[in-house]
Amino acid sequence: MPAEDAPILTARAVSMRFGGLKALTEVNFSMARGSITAVIGPNGAGKTTLFNCITGFYRPTSGALHLHPAGHPHDLTRLAIHKIARLGVARTYQNIRLFAQMSVLENLLVAQHATVNRRLWAGILRSPAFRRSEAAALEQAWFWLRFMGLEAAADQAAGTLPYGQQRRLEVARAMAARPLLLCLDEPAAGLNPQEAEALNDLILRLKAQFAVSILLIEHHMGVVMRISDHVVVLDHGEVIGSGTPAQVRQNPAVVKAYLGEDEPDARAPPPAGGN
Amino acid sequence: MHIFVQQIVNGLILGSIYGLIAIGYTMVYGIIGMINFAHGEIYMISAYLFAIFLALVRLFGVDSVPVALLVTLVATIVVTGLYGFTIERVAYRPLRGSTRLAPLISAIGMSLVLQNYVQLAQGANEQSVAAIFSGVFRFGTETDFTQITHVQALIIAVAIAAMGVLTYIINRTPLGRACRATQQDRTMANLLGIDTDRVISLVFVIGAGMAAVAGVLITLNFGSFNFFIGFVAGVKAFTAAVLGGIGSLPGAMLGGLVLGLSESLFAGYVMSDYKDVFAFGLLVAVLIFRPTGLLGRPAVEKI
Amino acid sequence: MNLRSLVKDACVAAGIAAVLFFPIVGLVLDRATVSFQLQRGAAAVAIVFAGRLLLGLAARGLAGRGGAGAALQAWLRPLRERAARPAAALRLHARGLVAVLLMLLAAVPFLPFTSNYLLHVMAQTCVYVLLAMGLNIVVGLAGLLDLGFVAFYAVGAYSFALLAKHLDFSFWMAIPLGAALAAGAGCALGFPVLRMHGDYLAIVTLGFGEIIRMLLTNLVPITGGPNGLPAPRPTLFGLVFAAQGKPGQTTFHEFFGLPYSPSYRYMFVYLVYLLLMLVGVWVFHRLREMPIGRAWEALREDETACKALGINHTTVKLSAFTLGATFGGVGGVLFAGMEGFINPSSFNFLESALILSIVVLGGMGSITGVVLAAVGITLLPEVFREFGNFRMLVFGLAMVFIMIWRPGGLLRVTRRSFAGTDHAG
Repeated sequence: MPAEDAPILTARAVSMRFGGLKALTEVNFSMARGSITAVIGPNGAGKTTLFNCITGFYRPTSGALHLHPAGHPHDLTRLAIHKIARLGVARTYQNIRLFAQMSVLENLLVAQHATVNRRLWAGILRSPAFRRSEAAALEQAWFWLRFMGLEAAADQAAGTLPYGQQRRLEVARAMAARPLLLCLDEPAAGLNPQEAEALNDLILRLKAQFAVSILLIEHHMGVVMRISDHVVVLDHGEVIGSGTPAQVRQNPAVVKAYLGEDEPDARAPPPAGGN
Repeated sequence: MHIFVQQIVNGLILGSIYGLIAIGYTMVYGIIGMINFAHGEIYMISAYLFAIFLALVRLFGVDSVPVALLVTLVATIVVTGLYGFTIERVAYRPLRGSTRLAPLISAIGMSLVLQNYVQLAQGANEQSVAAIFSGVFRFGTETDFTQITHVQALIIAVAIAAMGVLTYIINRTPLGRACRATQQDRTMANLLGIDTDRVISLVFVIGAGMAAVAGVLITLNFGSFNFFIGFVAGVKAFTAAVLGGIGSLPGAMLGGLVLGLSESLFAGYVMSDYKDVFAFGLLVAVLIFRPTGLLGRPAVEKI
Repeated sequence: MNLRSLVKDACVAAGIAAVLFFPIVGLVLDRATVSFQLQRGAAAVAIVFAGRLLLGLAARGLAGRGGAGAALQAWLRPLRERAARPAAALRLHARGLVAVLLMLLAAVPFLPFTSNYLLHVMAQTCVYVLLAMGLNIVVGLAGLLDLGFVAFYAVGAYSFALLAKHLDFSFWMAIPLGAALAAGAGCALGFPVLRMHGDYLAIVTLGFGEIIRMLLTNLVPITGGPNGLPAPRPTLFGLVFAAQGKPGQTTFHEFFGLPYSPSYRYMFVYLVYLLLMLVGVWVFHRLREMPIGRAWEALREDETACKALGINHTTVKLSAFTLGATFGGVGGVLFAGMEGFINPSSFNFLESALILSIVVLGGMGSITGVVLAAVGITLLPEVFREFGNFRMLVFGLAMVFIMIWRPGGLLRVTRRSFAGTDHAG
């Protein structure tokens, strides 16, 4: 049984190369269990590459990535995507990847594929065990629909929902898989300030109610600064700073990476010294 | 030894034909991402057109062989090109924005239409064209020789020339640039003022034209054809296009040659009954081990 | 669009038609010369001209232009509104309708207008429905473009014929074996193509289908080559439907003390096939509502997201091919039993294309649509059998036009509704 403060995810010297391109170089970090950790950095810094390494879409060229669910750690660099998912890692995507032609509720049922009764004859003949399993999955699906306020759209095709609702559905789908680690890739992209606030509340609620560790990539500094316990800053594939939001905001290397030498980035953290 | 060389020669000829037809498949796939199932039938129609125009020209008393050939060649290419253009306008353009399968089914339907159209109009019998060229080139000794007929040499020469001209057009002219731009990003090409509809139509016409050249050459070579040659040649040519890397013009020619040569060698040295099985087997093997074909570039999907 | 430009359009179309049609339709190749049939060419061009004009006028009318257009719109509006209303009430009626339909279908052999030919064609339709259900799994649900489905159909049919020839298998014994062998073939095909997508997958499966057909044609000592193999007919608990049984066999009419009639076999085959088809449709329906069915559809929608939800895409893809092939294999056994004889020409690419058209026309993943499309595609051409090639030409045109008109299939696919299943909310 891991100690209460044992990390959920550890990265040691993770490097990723695509031919001559170094996307990640010697990335080290540790993510505390039950925390909200944000990975930030300018575009092209390697944030999504890191995500893809964690979730198994890429195999790092070198380094170690371990998930620590309970019991012994699992080496994520050696596992197939679906195996990593079954260990308890779920994610959302920069460009929404819902099952567009399936209904909202069906999206949530698919998320539970790994835990439902999948036996062929049990399903064809609708055995009692099968029916119980389906009922439980349905209940879980409805729970998440209610949690996200999407009950009215249960039968609607997922692709026809408004953008904000699609984002919420994607998060719901990830949570329906009962993950230990939830990876959110730019969840606030395209949201207006009101929606971003609602997203903050949502993420905090998820952390509080479901004991899930949340890793998020985000450009929206309002979200990052308000809800993160820990921030990791990447630039050109390297970690240039990490710590609490306040610490990172004042880190000169971080400021330079965002502000550069000339034009201030409109979404950069405020300059050291504060307003 | 001469058997080997003979098989190589046969293979090159087959390969050139496959390559010419494959160009149509690969260009259309490259530019709008669909398999033009009806392309094989275009090739078949060009064979019929060639024979018909030749007979017509004879009827009008033109005796000079080069003139007759030139006129019929041009007429065949023009009319076949028009077939290609019309098919695109009628059966594919309305489906431009829809699901993947709709254009495929439409193409299959079009293929049926064309086959039966020709069968109804011209009858189901084997057709033939009187031999025009009968000279041969011979290499080797009196008893142990390799031969290649004038027509066969012509096929190889024409195929090389056609490839050269097309490559030049694609790589060096504004038109070719427009084609490549449309292939890579149609929306952007539109925004930059390229009339992508016209470019797409042009690609279909070029593809049909190449198929017409193949149709003329094969008719000159074998002298006979029927309404069904489109299907077999079509599938093989598509195999060649995929083999070489679909979307790649040199790939089409390379794929054609590889297919033609291996088919010919297999037929000559192993067993000719199974040469088609071999051709398909080759396709499956290449796609398993090198899914994007010999010259294709793997598509990178952004997660 | 005014009238003048419409006429100009039609003229351009006619001009193009003239260049296209006159050489092929107006001249007939005969050895080294051509004979003139210019009137046929002229007729074809005239049809194109008239057709284009009519289409243009109809389009104008539908857009509301002109007096006739306004009237047309007024007439169409209530129809459009009715079509747009949700079909909830229709569902209850549908149950009753289906029951009545089934009873009617079962009664067909006993109705006065029945005939052996009709029963044969309807049995054939049942086979196609079964095949279409199989492809509906692979293409409709899982989105795997399979152009060689006919291979599994062939495996089933030839397994039956060979098992009957060498091991004296009967129809009923052959069904599970044929299904299992076809399933094996499905698995074998699935493995190499796991990483392929879209059109590459299509071509490889096409190649596979053609390889099977060519092997069947060439392995003469095993498969009888182009001459094919015979296959025994279905029996009723061992009772044979023939004028005279082989030694040791009792015939149906002898057992029941009836005079011999060839109709008995047609009636029996039809009823059995109808039953098997219904079982097949029912199994498909169940599969679609199981986790595996959902996984297939999710795979079609977005394979990447599937994997990240813990779905083993290898298993799911293989299961799609295997289960789809099983349907194909059973269809093959049924086909062989019905015809009494099989040869490679029945298992060509056109068959694969036909079954694919059924699935696409009916709506991918739909049941009603695909059944209706199967009926349409098998029954309707029979009606026009005398027209020979013309029938296939029209069929091809119909495929093109239906795709242009309704690319998503003729009927909209209705998904399962979950409203009302929320017990806690």
